[in-house]
Amino acid sequence: MLRTVLPSLLRRCLLGAPLQELVTACSCSSLQAAGSSSAAQRWGQQQRQQQQRSHAAAFHTSTSTAHGHSSDEDEGAETISVTFVSEKDGSETTVKAPIGKHLLEVAHDNDIELEGACEASLACSTCHVIVEDEEFFHRIPEPTEDELDMLDLAFGLSETSRLGCQVIATKELDGLRVKIPSATRNFYVDGHVPKPH
Amino acid sequence: MLSPLRASVASLVRSYSSCAKQLAVCIVGSGPAGFYTAHQLLKLYGEDVKIDILDRLPTPFGLVRTGVAPDHEDTKNVTNQFTRIAQDPRVNFFGNVNVGRDITLDEIRKLYNAVVLAYGAESDRKLNIPGENSHGVHAAREFVWWYNGHPDQRDLPVDLSRVESVAVCGIGNVALDCARILLRPVSELASTDIARHALKQLQHSKVRQVQLCARRGPVQAACTAKELKELVSMPSIAVHAQPSQLAVSEADQAQMKATRLKRRIYELISNAAVAEKPGASRDLFFQFYRNPAEIIADADNQVQAIRVEKTQLVADPVRGTVAVGTGEYEEYPVQLVLKSIGYKSLPLPGVPFDDRQGVVPNAAGRVLTGVGAAADSTVPGLYVCGWLKRGPTGIIGTNLTDAEETVASMAQDYAMISQAPTAAAGGAGLQQLLQSRSVAVVDYAAWEQLNAHEVNQGQQQGSVRVKCAAWDELLRAAGMALPHVQAM
Repeated sequence: MLRTVLPSLLRRCLLGAPLQELVTACSCSSLQAAGSSSAAQRWGQQQRQQQQRSHAAAFHTSTSTAHGHSSDEDEGAETISVTFVSEKDGSETTVKAPIGKHLLEVAHDNDIELEGACEASLACSTCHVIVEDEEFFHRIPEPTEDELDMLDLAFGLSETSRLGCQVIATKELDGLRVKIPSATRNFYVDGHVPKPH
Repeated sequence: MLSPLRASVASLVRSYSSCAKQLAVCIVGSGPAGFYTAHQLLKLYGEDVKIDILDRLPTPFGLVRTGVAPDHEDTKNVTNQFTRIAQDPRVNFFGNVNVGRDITLDEIRKLYNAVVLAYGAESDRKLNIPGENSHGVHAAREFVWWYNGHPDQRDLPVDLSRVESVAVCGIGNVALDCARILLRPVSELASTDIARHALKQLQHSKVRQVQLCARRGPVQAACTAKELKELVSMPSIAVHAQPSQLAVSEADQAQMKATRLKRRIYELISNAAVAEKPGASRDLFFQFYRNPAEIIADADNQVQAIRVEKTQLVADPVRGTVAVGTGEYEEYPVQLVLKSIGYKSLPLPGVPFDDRQGVVPNAAGRVLTGVGAAADSTVPGLYVCGWLKRGPTGIIGTNLTDAEETVASMAQDYAMISQAPTAAAGGAGLQQLLQSRSVAVVDYAAWEQLNAHEVNQGQQQGSVRVKCAAWDELLRAAGMALPHVQAM
């Protein structure tokens, strides 16, 4: 076991894996040893996600070496504040959204887990978000029939649901809070998952 | 001072080693269910998982390639995400590997910590009416595979130059796809990835009418608004629906009030039925409350008409609204019948199968030991996702939440499945076994070669891609050495 572990441990160290990551991995396993493996997985996953987010944040604060996520047009563009809330684990991430970009783009630019299967072509409903505040919901221009037709199929449809790829950041939406629905919060005792209608 | 330090380092390394154990997972099926399962596993386990995705076709993506209609290119954008997953160093694609023929499920289970069955539904529900086996009667799935270039339906015996009227049984999105492909001006299809043999037939097609036969009414229709709107708003198609068939009951009205989707479907049909289409050259007839009762064939056993029984709706406590026959019949002369009444999964030897529902019995994605078994009577290390798990319903995105559930079950079972003995670690063992049987595995690089060939052919012919639609064509373009293939 040591033979397989040391090389991978060394590899991680050589690749500059932060001590944080190694500590996570070890703590994860000791939680497992304690018998709560699902808690270990969730905790480990949360740690990984937080690390990813802090990596992403670090990435974005360095303007001189920024590449990949933020384009040149974003430099100096006016932005608003948008908060994504994950229904899966309750975590919140507040980001700067350039005015004119849609929420799916903004989410992906900030490594937020919002699916976009059809890549913003109104051919799916995976970027479904729920606007937390009704007042903000009404500030967003009304959805087209095409958007409503796709929303009809979204999982966990609500009164303030929108497709993320159709919500464009405007000044009026500064402070917007949207929730990303998750099926895993909805599990019944027998494992039944409600079907999208 | 040194000894306690060494002891704590040793324990650190020891505890890290049991956590760093690699989970080897095999996913059987590379459609949305398979890829979303891989996606969830990668998110959950990071570097500690290796995933092998198998498919019996040399091409990945399942129904995204062989089911989504050629004129719905945007819906296929999801393959970009699937490509990124497949290109991940933790993921390997094994195409042209048939579980059951090239390797058994038992052999796979010995090589992996966990196996996820995600091979969908490759068979069909039957009408079970006289004349169903006449020539010219096909499952919609077969027709869709035919126009989408699936190698198993390359030789579907259909001749559209001898067909004027078509009956499509069913009114889900697949039924609408069939109607639309048959009625759309063929010039609009030339630049799509429609199979070339289908395009040729459509260019010589005599089809002028499609009868869309639905057992129940417009409010019970299973299709969705986007697809219906697309079909009924085409300027070249005149839409017909008898006013008597558009009458709605109180129960129907209540449903329409409660659900926007139902209202939309009803509005789209009733508005289209009265719309003027001066330029229309083809006709679409909605036939509601019409249950197929018999297929009438000529002396050569070629279909010449479909007989339907008029129905009325009855409320059923278990099944909701049910259609019952009234004893009154109608006949439509047709030369092609497409049955679009539901896909059905095929059983895999060694895996419990619920023949009535057409699914693998499971609890939250854990395969159960038999139909009706208790939720904790599970087959260790065996999981299911997608249509094989919940039946052939929903859209591509439905598999996202489905995969979340299955992977959550796997995560809960982590302690058990990570301890499972593996004879040879996953992919290496699989590769060895397949090689010893001379199976021509199409890995992702080979698929990318095939993909580039199809796109290149498309560029030359003015379309998105030209699909290879025959087995040997596919394997040759993927760079497989085939001893029996003749030189072109």
